Amino acid sequence: MNRRTVVKAIAASGALMGMGALMPRVALAAWNKDAFSAKDQASAMNALYGGSAEASANVMLKAPAIAENGAVVPLSVSTDLADVESVAIFIENNPTPLAAQFMVPAGTNADFSTRVRMGKTTNVTAVVKAGGNTYSATSEVKVTIGGCGG
Amino acid sequence: MAIFRVKAKARKGSTDVKMMAKHEMETGQRKGKDGNLIPAKFLDTVTVSHGGKVVFEANLGTAVSKNPYLAFSFEGGAKGENLDIAWTENSGASGTESGDIK
Repeated sequence: MNRRTVVKAIAASGALMGMGALMPRVALAAWNKDAFSAKDQASAMNALYGGSAEASANVMLKAPAIAENGAVVPLSVSTDLADVESVAIFIENNPTPLAAQFMVPAGTNADFSTRVRMGKTTNVTAVVKAGGNTYSATSEVKVTIGGCGG
Repeated sequence: MAIFRVKAKARKGSTDVKMMAKHEMETGQRKGKDGNLIPAKFLDTVTVSHGGKVVFEANLGTAVSKNPYLAFSFEGGAKGENLDIAWTENSGASGTESGDIK
């Protein structure tokens, strides 16, 4: 490799990086890479909603107290708040806490069920964004067999 | 190949949808038999529309269980109508499918 090619390679990679930084933030609904790859709950929440959420009784999180199998933990989130924009599920001690985010288009009820994996006993937090504010509900799920092993 | 199984039921002006995908949802944290990590491969977005209007949109992470189950309900929808499902995978693969409302 001579000097010329090295210079060219650096210039090219610089241009690529610049493009990455200039790429406009796509619509809010797009898959949020920062949030989904964040390693702890606070930064995942920050990436997704720009801050922490206020605990609220209007967010209903249905989760089992004890999950026998951490690979399949049924969860339901619903809320009676108005103007719900999205609902997200965080699992605190997972390698990447953000599990899923549901958008709530007008006409769709803010009531979702899914099944998630969790590695160990941890808090599950449902976060609801409604009318520009974020609200949450947390419940602890005890896991007797982890879901992340082989 | 369709990966989603959809059960949608119209009831009193709204429709309950339960759907399940046949998908491994590989987390990227498991090791294969050769001791190397199996690369992550999972569904990252699922969108359902009804009559051209988006009624459900989910962004999924690796923490969603294998064979993801998703349930939701929306206003409107009648027996015999169609739901259009579009999904993408983190690998870039994507697909569209349809389901009936019963």
